[in-house]
Amino acid sequence: MAELDATVAAGREGGPASDPTPEPVVVAFVAALRRAGVAIPVDSTVTFSEALAEVGATDRNAVYWAGRATLVTRPEDIEPYDQVFAAFWGEGPAALLRSASAPTPTTLVLDDTDDASEPPTDDGDDDESEEIQAVRYSPAEVLRHRDFAECSEEELAEAHRLMSLMGLGVARRPSRRHRPTTARHGRPDLRRTVRQSMRTGGETLRRAHTSPSDRPRRLVLLADISGSMEPYSRSLLRFVHAAATGRTRVEAFALGTRLTRLTRELSTRDPDAALERVGSAVDDWAGGTRLGDMLAEFNDRWGVRGMARGAVVVILSDGWDRGEPDQLAEQMQRLSRVAYRVVWVNPLKATPGYEPLARGMAAALPYVDRFIEGHSLAALEHLAKEIAA
Amino acid sequence: MSNDPDTTATSTWGVPDSVDEVVHALADNDYLADEGLATAVFLSLRLHRPLLLEGEAGVGKTEVAKTLARWSGGELIRLQCYEGIDLAQAAYEWDYSRQLLHLRTAEATGAASSASTDALEDELYHERFLVRRALLRALDHGDGPPPVLLIDELDRADDEFEAFLLEILSDYAITVPELGRFAAAVPPIVVITSNRTRDLHDALKRRCLYHWVEHPDFDREVAIVGLRAPEVPDRLARQVASATATIRDLGLYKPPGVAETIDWASALALLGRGELTADTIDATLGTVLKYREDQERVRTHGLEVLVTEAMARHG
Repeated sequence: MAELDATVAAGREGGPASDPTPEPVVVAFVAALRRAGVAIPVDSTVTFSEALAEVGATDRNAVYWAGRATLVTRPEDIEPYDQVFAAFWGEGPAALLRSASAPTPTTLVLDDTDDASEPPTDDGDDDESEEIQAVRYSPAEVLRHRDFAECSEEELAEAHRLMSLMGLGVARRPSRRHRPTTARHGRPDLRRTVRQSMRTGGETLRRAHTSPSDRPRRLVLLADISGSMEPYSRSLLRFVHAAATGRTRVEAFALGTRLTRLTRELSTRDPDAALERVGSAVDDWAGGTRLGDMLAEFNDRWGVRGMARGAVVVILSDGWDRGEPDQLAEQMQRLSRVAYRVVWVNPLKATPGYEPLARGMAAALPYVDRFIEGHSLAALEHLAKEIAA
Repeated sequence: MSNDPDTTATSTWGVPDSVDEVVHALADNDYLADEGLATAVFLSLRLHRPLLLEGEAGVGKTEVAKTLARWSGGELIRLQCYEGIDLAQAAYEWDYSRQLLHLRTAEATGAASSASTDALEDELYHERFLVRRALLRALDHGDGPPPVLLIDELDRADDEFEAFLLEILSDYAITVPELGRFAAAVPPIVVITSNRTRDLHDALKRRCLYHWVEHPDFDREVAIVGLRAPEVPDRLARQVASATATIRDLGLYKPPGVAETIDWASALALLGRGELTADTIDATLGTVLKYREDQERVRTHGLEVLVTEAMARHG
């Protein structure tokens, strides 16, 4: 701590600097946070330095909270922040050693996403093997009905390419914004009426009108990633990633051993890579997912508080619930009360006479607006229609 | 230390010099903040950055803005966000009906035909026809202490509005095309709250100082009840606070916030109950839990059990 004070104080000689440049220690600390997975933009480092100049760097608590206010912008980041802070500002000498080995400030010039990890997609080699040839000339029609789980890597790649050609419209809802219209049944648009009157020297010749416009509804995906469901979830996420228009708000979650939010990854990175990171898929032999628990968590943390309100919610799952059917039913009911529409996509044909599978699905069904069985591009086309309806 | 907003020379307000000063000033105005929140408030005031507060409903986010207004003596200007909120409702609007009336008058007196279009336009787009909404009022305020602009539940507004807000908060200025630029001589104190029904944009978060507001710990909650509902006996306040803390652990849809704790304690005091028993809880559960399912869950858990657990926590 003493060394730190010296470093920060050295940078502040001659009163509070109006434009403090980040100290090496600060830069190293931020670099360590980034390595721990906290996304910190460049200018936040500067803000942190300014904050340190305000609260002083002598009190460990003050430094801690200054960092919390300037570097942490999500509750999820609090835990990694605490760990890095403890490791970094815990013992002086060790911290300085760590900062010595930290990357130089030049890395700050780069964009703040420092993991430019290439997604591990198999985009086929340059040498044209016969297999690839076969796919390239295979009619799309065959692929349309092929089960995703039985597709080869190349066929999947081809399917994904086809997906990006499918447009995904989203159901729209009336918005409170109004737009000009020529129709006479809208709301009078006084602003434009005044403007037009100006041209005619104050004579109101034409009355302008507005009518309510509409906005795309939010789309929320809940994708089951337990063992046998994984290839389908992968394809669905890929589909949405490829087909969603820029104007649509898409939120995505993976249901595995726990609920994982994928929204960020879906908008910026490759969805495959996002799923790789979620990773913790449930084994099939464990008997499905704790769907009820997952939905409860989604409802509590996100859905009922606003995310699912008036949204189109798509659940992709085989309905194999390890928990109590009553709980699943209760959570589905809560979800359906706030959502505009609940679509359930079940890619696995229920095994006849298999009780648990039927139970979970049966508990959920009364609260589902649209039920789609399917596992192929054709099913996704069907889904796209439902989402847009 | 309540300042009368009508007095002109309220020069008592100055930017604080330390986090401790913030803690004490907030406490003087009936808000008990922990060090984390006080640091965020302090930095926001020192660096003239908006303060972004996220957290569960009922942890006292909005109250921070109200307290800051009491402390500074500035006006509290509240902008409640909703889906589809736009410039006209948030910043300014022209009073079209009065403009039309003005045109008609000009026409009737023959002024319209003789005056040039430009002159007429200048008349129409005069400040007296401008309807000032919250954002413009906050930027274009008179002398005296800066107002506190509370932008409540920003997560309900849409992306376009957020982008527009970011523009305003970057240089604390709004441009009205017909009139020119309104820039704040002294920037307002800005508090933004979000219930996190969606993530706000990184660019906006970057502009702000961020604090995640947690439920207060037991001692702080008892102290808050003492401040907000002084008529509640200390013993009852302690019992209610521990019961609320116990209820928060039951995994409800809507765990009670600080506001509910205060309401509950007040209700019990009003009914003349100085003691938390299964009967008194039964009679007043509606002040704490607002979902039928939550009430059922607590009753299933057992009211007697709840009392015992609460006593065990902080007898």
